[in-house]
Amino acid sequence: MNAMTDPENVVVVGNGQAGIQLVDSLRKEGYTGAITLLGEEPHHPYQRPPLSKDYLAAGKDPVPLPLRPEKFFTTNDVDARLGARATSIDRTARTVALDDGTTLAYSKLVLATGAANRELTVPGTALSGIHGLRTLTDAQTLHARLDAVRSVVVIGAGFIGLEFAAAARARGLDVTVLEYADRPMGRALTPVTSGFFADAHQRLGVTLRLGEGIASFDGNDAGHVTAAVSTTGERYPADLVLVGVGVTPRTELAAAAGLEVENGIVVDGSLRTSDPDIYALGDCASFPNVHAGARTRLESVQNATDQARHAARAILGAGPGSGPGGEPGGYADLPWFWSNQGHLRLQIAGLSAPGDQTVLRGNPAEEKFSVFCFRNGTLTAVESVNQPADHMAARRLLSAGRTLTPEQAADPDFDLKTYSKQQPATV
Amino acid sequence: MAKITYHHADGNVDSLDAEAGMTLMMTAVLNGVDGIIGECGGQAICATCHVYVRDEYLDGLPAISAAEEEMLETTASPRDPARSRLGCQLTAGDHFDDIEVDLPDEQD
Repeated sequence: MNAMTDPENVVVVGNGQAGIQLVDSLRKEGYTGAITLLGEEPHHPYQRPPLSKDYLAAGKDPVPLPLRPEKFFTTNDVDARLGARATSIDRTARTVALDDGTTLAYSKLVLATGAANRELTVPGTALSGIHGLRTLTDAQTLHARLDAVRSVVVIGAGFIGLEFAAAARARGLDVTVLEYADRPMGRALTPVTSGFFADAHQRLGVTLRLGEGIASFDGNDAGHVTAAVSTTGERYPADLVLVGVGVTPRTELAAAAGLEVENGIVVDGSLRTSDPDIYALGDCASFPNVHAGARTRLESVQNATDQARHAARAILGAGPGSGPGGEPGGYADLPWFWSNQGHLRLQIAGLSAPGDQTVLRGNPAEEKFSVFCFRNGTLTAVESVNQPADHMAARRLLSAGRTLTPEQAADPDFDLKTYSKQQPATV
Repeated sequence: MAKITYHHADGNVDSLDAEAGMTLMMTAVLNGVDGIIGECGGQAICATCHVYVRDEYLDGLPAISAAEEEMLETTASPRDPARSRLGCQLTAGDHFDDIEVDLPDEQD
């Protein structure tokens, strides 16, 4: 690291996938200074993706999977604090204040604050029995409650809502999903794949109501929810409601400190904020995304961990990419994502946009297919259902900046896997 | 209780009891065995729980699924055609009562 007058202390706010990977990568890259890792929750850092999937299955309380074993923090000399909330940043003094009254000096500050579930404001939202799903505590509550309920209403047909719906159906519960838009997962998926999932969930026995938002909740005298009333006036009985209507990035610390914020904490291609000593990454960061050709914010394990690896190198001055983004060496890892909904495994490589040409490969009737997306004849994204080989081939192609033709994508005899492993003849 | 023995590249050994239903990956992660990450939480999507199963324990393991097959082609350390598996796909009680694995040099 560059010579500094202050003692080195990297302070990381947030101990989710991004924060933990950053700490891991700093040590792997040879950083020997102090590290302080702050987590708001009381739990040892754990993996969130299983919380809306395996964790909800019937049976005894599932065990949360730690992001790293407890001894990781001693072995790597990390001052990991649980239940520690950062309340403000003093950029001039280069300190962070915590809610327990202590103040930490930093040489570099990393904001990995994640996102918060968006909350409803409709009448009845304060009734008991209406839940969100983000934290281990949320998942533990839901796992216990699912044993005692009969009818579940899910608000929002996004990834979390539909993963939850599939898990609740697998437990034999009556499940209704209300979605304000005209198709599920509409912000992320092409109409082809979105339509497939709409049908598939109904085959699983989920009642999927599209074009119906939530208007209000009814409750009983005990203050517990009894029904959800939709924007079309339909009334759906509910013992339990799961709200999955998206998230908002946790930008409050950054905004209060005068950092640039716009749908996330604004960072450059090295994940650096408008203050050169402060970085932001993961769900909370708005970054120049070369795959989208625009500034975006992504919520995924891949985005959190790859950005953390990149930021660690940038912090140590070991990597290029200190410019405004999109330049050689800036963060450019390929976005990829997965969602398990019952027996359906959705995997996405790359980013599609409305208007992309879509080409179907495989057979949706067999629940095994991929949708290849093209813009101006160039591959932009591939959505795969129960086709992991297509997904991995797509990741190889897109990561290498390669494409194939729509005709090749549609041709079942085209050997996609072999093609994806070939080195391009010319660059 | 099943028994899992993890052999590290440096010769160190972790020997652990595993409850039925726990995978080889989960048992390692929960007990702090270095060299197994399990970044995707056991979905056969990340290939960071790659292990080499010792020959004498290969019988009785489940067939490699299409998902696991794809991930085994992307492991950070080289794949062994016979011995490489993802630890998240091997479950105590269902697939083994006693197993020994060698850990690869790299997982990510």
